Amino acid sequence: MDKFIIAVLVENKFGVLARVAGLFSARGFNIVSLAVGETEDPEVSRMTIVVEADERILEQVKKQLNKLIDVITVQDLTGGKYVDRELILIKVKAESAAVREKIVQVVDSTGAEIVDIGKKCLTVEEAGDEHKVKALIELLRSYGILEIVRTGKIAIQSK
Amino acid sequence: MAKLTGAEILIKSLCAEGVTHAFGYPGGTIIPLTDKLYNNKALTFHLTRHEQGAVHAADGYARATGKVGVCIATSGPGATNLVTGIATAHMDSIPLVAITGQVNSSLIGNDAFQEADMSGITRPITKHNYLVKDVKDLAQVVKEAFHIARTGRPGPVLIDLPVDVQLQKTEFKYPKTVNIRGYKPTYKGHVGQIKKIAKAIEKSKRPVIYAGGGIILSGAEKELTMFARKTGIPVTTTLMGLGGFPEDDSLSLGMLGMHGTAYANHAIQDSDLIIAVGARFDDRVTGRIDAFAPKAIVAHIDIDPASVSKNVRVDIPVIGDAKGVLKELNKFSKKGSKSAWLKTIAGWKKKIPLRYKNDGKLRPQYIIEQIHALTKGKNVIIATEVGQNQMWAAQFFTFTKPRTWLSSGGLGTMGYGFPAAIGAQIGKPDSIVFDIAGDGSIQMNIQELATAVIEKLPIKIAILNNGYLGMVRQWQELFYEKRYAYTVLAKKDLTACPDFVRLAESYGAKGMRIRKKTDVRKAIKDALKIKGPVVMDFIIEREENVFPMVPTGKSIDKMIHGLA
Repeated sequence: MDKFIIAVLVENKFGVLARVAGLFSARGFNIVSLAVGETEDPEVSRMTIVVEADERILEQVKKQLNKLIDVITVQDLTGGKYVDRELILIKVKAESAAVREKIVQVVDSTGAEIVDIGKKCLTVEEAGDEHKVKALIELLRSYGILEIVRTGKIAIQSK
Repeated sequence: MAKLTGAEILIKSLCAEGVTHAFGYPGGTIIPLTDKLYNNKALTFHLTRHEQGAVHAADGYARATGKVGVCIATSGPGATNLVTGIATAHMDSIPLVAITGQVNSSLIGNDAFQEADMSGITRPITKHNYLVKDVKDLAQVVKEAFHIARTGRPGPVLIDLPVDVQLQKTEFKYPKTVNIRGYKPTYKGHVGQIKKIAKAIEKSKRPVIYAGGGIILSGAEKELTMFARKTGIPVTTTLMGLGGFPEDDSLSLGMLGMHGTAYANHAIQDSDLIIAVGARFDDRVTGRIDAFAPKAIVAHIDIDPASVSKNVRVDIPVIGDAKGVLKELNKFSKKGSKSAWLKTIAGWKKKIPLRYKNDGKLRPQYIIEQIHALTKGKNVIIATEVGQNQMWAAQFFTFTKPRTWLSSGGLGTMGYGFPAAIGAQIGKPDSIVFDIAGDGSIQMNIQELATAVIEKLPIKIAILNNGYLGMVRQWQELFYEKRYAYTVLAKKDLTACPDFVRLAESYGAKGMRIRKKTDVRKAIKDALKIKGPVVMDFIIEREENVFPMVPTGKSIDKMIHGLA
């Protein structure tokens, strides 16, 4: 099983997200993440879906998506040249001033930002590609991660 | 320009789409529409006695005529009663437009009286669905709905119409064209791929044509027949493809699969080239998939790209409409004959034909054969229910024309046959229409006897009455040590509960009971003379089984043959 990333252009209409999600659940396709938003054309939305599957199932995923009336195009970005980003917020334990200092230093070195400070925790924000995000999580794990919120990957083909 | 209500616009739009008959059942949120349908000269509304009857009737009408079937129901329970029929049409790719009333727009999402989220409920079983929120969108929605329903791989489309939208007014202008950017089916097959098939045929020694429901939907029976006869390749059809190739042709192998003929199954398993047209390698056909047709190159002509290489690896795919692709293929194919192969097949046909015990007892296979014999040469349509009745009808009737076989193949819906027969009779008033039923299935939409009687439809219902849920009982006999759990529908007296003859008469239909083999032909002849619906209660051998049978998990050449 591998991870594949597909970009789907859909009609910006009521119920389209439910259709796509319903298709995946009905056929047992595994969604790792799904991010959707309007494009430069307000009548068109773009979904970036990360699917965990084998090659054969991925073929079916693409074909079944294409069958949906509201789906305009399906693009398999996997293995090609693309730019991907994900926004992540990590709430990390910081129970003493000393620990807080340490975390601030670590975060500074990565280019991530501290966006919230609580009595016993800090919230770190990062927007980056898959590697950057993964690296930050690993870096902060030893301090004790309280909560993670991720947007899911978005991607755009690079020329 | 004068403004029309949503209800009036909907009816004018249906007429613009060529709809002349619709089936349905009224209710609170659809009254504005049914009010405008009342005494409409252009569009006849047929009242059934259950919404399920309406949707199956629209389906049967569509299968028999090739037109889009239309059914209408109210919101809530009326709409949810359509679900089984919509799923049935979806699985068999039947063009249908279902129109459901919906509660007032301001109440949607409020758990209102008779509210049901039909867009959500039917999402996985429709090709597409619409919730019309503004009457200004209605005409466009209808245009799109019919376009989607009848083009590409056909299927059901649902239009959910709130009651206030049916009453809103606007100007009516029916769109001349329709263009949906996310929906562009491929009709023309790739010429290079088609040539590859022609080449593969030349090289092959044991080819088989495997034709399915797509032949019927595409209207490709002439092209298929020409193709088979030109190349000399034998043809087997799926349950959905019956009638796509004349079964009285010497090249016909009959049906293949779980209850197909032994010779069709052996031919497929032994073939070196399978040309699949408008079929989808369903599990009832393939049996154990890793052992399916081990020596064959697979060519697959289909309009739905998702069906290609879904279950079986395809070597030569051609995406396109069956009729058009076969026409091209006929141009590139050479005249041929695979005489050694046909000889082998003839040997199988002789050694392992379809058979049943030919004694004095009343057996269902004999009934089907006599229905065929006594309607030969006439326009006859056979609708079936599901189970043993369906399999015997598929095996022992000889189909020669398309759109003469109406059966729920994909979903296997008991209760489908009788209302489908109603729809078919209305669509084809000059045809003789039979419903082959079991005593279990017929009870699922028995209320439609009222529809048949009041509309004066001369449908012949042949109940193969064995007092059991037959097909399940067969499985219990073969694999569950004869533990007939919940499959005994009648005890000793098969005519007690219900007495189908008296039940028919209570509705005003004619009923007859046949207990002896020697009475069968006369009963059928008498029934054919009656100008109204007839219920024929055939009391058949209780534990008759359908053979051959491919058990689960076995390849299709490992059939159980039973005793002849």
